[in-house]
Amino acid sequence: MKVAITSTGNSLDSKLDQRFGRCAYFVIYDTETKATEYFPNPNKDAPDGAGPASVQFIASRKVSKVVSGDFGIKVKPLLENLQIQMITLKNQEKTIGEIIEMLNH
Amino acid sequence: MRLRRRNWRKVIEMPPINGFMPFGKQIKTQTEPVLLLVEEYEALKLCDYDGLNHHQAAELMNISRSTFTRIYTSVRQKLAKAFVEGRTISIGGGKIYFDSNWYYCKTCKCHFNDQNHNIEITECALCGSKNIEAKEDSEQSDIQEEAEYCYCIRCGHKIAKRRGQLRSQSICADCNIEL
Repeated sequence: MKVAITSTGNSLDSKLDQRFGRCAYFVIYDTETKATEYFPNPNKDAPDGAGPASVQFIASRKVSKVVSGDFGIKVKPLLENLQIQMITLKNQEKTIGEIIEMLNH
Repeated sequence: MRLRRRNWRKVIEMPPINGFMPFGKQIKTQTEPVLLLVEEYEALKLCDYDGLNHHQAAELMNISRSTFTRIYTSVRQKLAKAFVEGRTISIGGGKIYFDSNWYYCKTCKCHFNDQNHNIEITECALCGSKNIEAKEDSEQSDIQEEAEYCYCIRCGHKIAKRRGQLRSQSICADCNIEL
């Protein structure tokens, strides 16, 4: 199963990005192979429609869960239609490494 | 004459507060509060806070455009009444359901939803702890069963059809194309 995490940087020490559509990086973590991939978000500076474009970006990589700070109003129904589980974490101090550790419970 | 049954209105999130209190010298303490329904709060939020037009907002709430306008008119009247007469506003009630069931994990303090309504959630999606609670109002959040589905033309993937939503707005999860 693949999990997408929104990140502010491209290392395990980077913090979780509170935004979904305009986050700096997407970390895609595979819980079976334990592999992490970092993708810079192509929609980071998009004037509008960053949320739906990001949904398409992560949906094309077949993730089944997304961890982020919050999801916007256009994103929520889209993710729900695609049956991608949304997880929101308001704690800004969490790093990507810690979140991956939590996913490995 | 019997009134027509109201349709269910979809709400994305519950309001963060339960109401407003006026302050100032000339408050009459005995006045009745103005009751704002959750669907009315949602209409105001979608239209004036998120800046959507009535058409888009009605689609999000799964109701017709004219119904949305009616709700929106009613919320403006109620708010104006509360402001002018110095009444308390209390938010609650309404015929609403949530777009999905949200849960809260007490261990890692995260919120998550269930992507599949058929499987019961017993543990946190993030840390796996069993210390979770459902985050919803049990009385009002009935989700209606809908028999209609949209099918993907390429792989046959099935997605439940929603009222007020156009077929071309649904995307297939597997092939990423319109249904």
